[in-house]
Amino acid sequence: MFSLEGITKTIQDWLFSSFSPTVALLIECAIIILLAIALFALLGLVLVLMERKVAAHIQIRLGPNRVGPGGMFQTVADTVKLIMKEGLTPDMADKFLFNLAPFIVMIVAMLLLAPIAFAKNFQIWDINIGVLYVSAVSSLSVIGILMAGWASNNKYSLLGAMRSGAQIVSYELSAGLAILSVVVLTGSLQISDIIESQKDGWWLFKGHIPVIIAFVIFLIAVTAETNRAPFDLAEAESELTAGFHTEYSGMRFAFFFLAEYINIFIVCSIGATLFLGGWMPLHIGNWESFNHLMDYIPSSVWFMGKTFFLIFLIMWFRWTFPRLRVDQLLNLEWKYLLPISLFNILLVTLIAIMGWHF
Amino acid sequence: MYTQTEVIKDTTASGSEGELVINMGPQHPATHGVLHLVITLNGETIKKIEPHLGYIHRSIEKMTESLTYRQFTYVTSRMDYLSAHINNLACAMTVEKAMQIEVPERAQVIRVLMNELTRIASHELWIGAMAMDLGAFTPFFYAFREREMITEIMEDSCGARLTMNYMVPGGVMYDIHPDFQKKVKAFVQQFKDKVTEYEDLVTNNVIFQSRTKGVGYLSKEDAISYGCSGPVARASGVSCDIRKIYPYEVYGKVEFDEVLDTAGDSFARYLVRVKEMNQSIRIIEQLIDNIPEGDFQAKTKAVLKPPKGEFYTRVETARGELGVYLVSEGGTTPYRIKYRSPGFSNLSALDHMARGSKIGDLMATMGTLDLVIPDIDR
Repeated sequence: MFSLEGITKTIQDWLFSSFSPTVALLIECAIIILLAIALFALLGLVLVLMERKVAAHIQIRLGPNRVGPGGMFQTVADTVKLIMKEGLTPDMADKFLFNLAPFIVMIVAMLLLAPIAFAKNFQIWDINIGVLYVSAVSSLSVIGILMAGWASNNKYSLLGAMRSGAQIVSYELSAGLAILSVVVLTGSLQISDIIESQKDGWWLFKGHIPVIIAFVIFLIAVTAETNRAPFDLAEAESELTAGFHTEYSGMRFAFFFLAEYINIFIVCSIGATLFLGGWMPLHIGNWESFNHLMDYIPSSVWFMGKTFFLIFLIMWFRWTFPRLRVDQLLNLEWKYLLPISLFNILLVTLIAIMGWHF
Repeated sequence: MYTQTEVIKDTTASGSEGELVINMGPQHPATHGVLHLVITLNGETIKKIEPHLGYIHRSIEKMTESLTYRQFTYVTSRMDYLSAHINNLACAMTVEKAMQIEVPERAQVIRVLMNELTRIASHELWIGAMAMDLGAFTPFFYAFREREMITEIMEDSCGARLTMNYMVPGGVMYDIHPDFQKKVKAFVQQFKDKVTEYEDLVTNNVIFQSRTKGVGYLSKEDAISYGCSGPVARASGVSCDIRKIYPYEVYGKVEFDEVLDTAGDSFARYLVRVKEMNQSIRIIEQLIDNIPEGDFQAKTKAVLKPPKGEFYTRVETARGELGVYLVSEGGTTPYRIKYRSPGFSNLSALDHMARGSKIGDLMATMGTLDLVIPDIDR
């Protein structure tokens, strides 16, 4: 059976048998960096095309269909255009911060790829505080956004960055508490442990109603954290033209754009890992033959399938809902989601202590 | 008029402590044209809005003075381009009133049918654009699906999709296309089938309701004192439908209701327009099978010379009351023409309605005012 685990193991064995351990480790690092960058570019291309196709389908039109078969190379053409464009820096902008901001947002998105398990035993860094690492690093991207808004010397950018700061900091709480409920049930912060604990069923099904509530809150919170509609106030184009990235052009704009899609991928993969069992196949109780059949589907396909399902949900939100107002957005978090999450975590703890989950 | 640099210098100077002055427009996605709003903000709260006009001023009223009575109606298609038919009708009616021309029954019915189709097309575009202002992109495409059918009907009979120039003094320019009745009936059926989609996607949407209910409140007294008209005033409870008060053409003979609401907020304005589309469908259904035979244009002289005097007509466009004031000296061209455009008066209430609300609310308020900038500026 095809498995990514075998490939990585073969490569590692070969490297360590032919080189000294230090050199082998360095070569491994180089391979991982190349793979990460390649994945980054590939995800950007696939997700942008997917967004446009999903939007087109919802809006009764065809979407990109001229460049390549089914418009497959449309994003490539767009990227080439963005690379060739002039990267303007406004005259009165804080040039250092202005140029630094897109890279911070990008680096944060790249760092977040590290603890994600793409398939069985196919993970860059299985750190024992994986979940904590994700929530800690993901909150750094707000610095890049605030920096971009402040350094642009543009009032729309400043307003967008202000909104974005308030929004991301608030919704971090709910997202954190939703993640915590799975951590409580598992008793581990390590991604591989969390996936292992879902061998006999995903937490969404095992954890009764409280975990379903946590999952819904997680979806809402991450939609807000990635600045996606209906929470796209930071770049609400009918109000603030383009929000915090109004003044950016060319490749630096592309970095913000790409980072947004990578962030969507990352939060969805975290959601898939915590609630939908990561690369674990779907197993139903005693249905031996069914479970056996499910095992034949490669683990990477399971992981990608779940992640892309969640990405589709987030895209569906964007093309259906109007945008919230800034005070309604904060009301939703502080008056509804946060109290519900706090109460919910109590319930989950009770379930975990009494062992009521399956 | 001041120059561009003066405006920028004027408005970037910050006001008192903690205030932020932003220029929304003339190039901004939410102003739907070249409207320039100078907004004084305290954080996200609006303290003052000052609209600056003149970016699309084409001096239509002055141009009219050198055009003949047959020519000047065409220019008005470029005023409120979403209700071009109704603008043309107002001008044609003024000339008919001055010259005392009897319009044949057939022409009157065709005019009313075209007017109501225009009204629906205008409201369809407005639903899409307003939903887009509030951040929902999809209703725009749904609304355009129905609007496309109307523009095709217009194209068949008038030869144009947007600036039709179909109404002429004495009637309409050409007879209707043979397929007209069939296509209009198909459209009415399609509209009735698909109107539930708007209900699901927009009207019953919780976020949409919370964005518009209680936002941009305009009381009945304020609506009257600002001179608001059309759906904006009717949502505040002012009965001002010219089609009902001063019936023109065959509006006196068809059955329809004047849609009124008393809430006065953005959601009420939304509901009034949606219900108005249904009333327009009702008018179309009554007339489409009863288009009388006969001439589509009255016999008029080649050169029109209205007698000396002052004449005023008013019609109900998709945005409100359009008045045409004509001063004739008895020559071949008007001495003076003044248009009373609905958008200008409605815009004047914006500052009053939006003060104290958030920037996000301004989009709901401005969206439901249904501003068409060339109509305001002329």
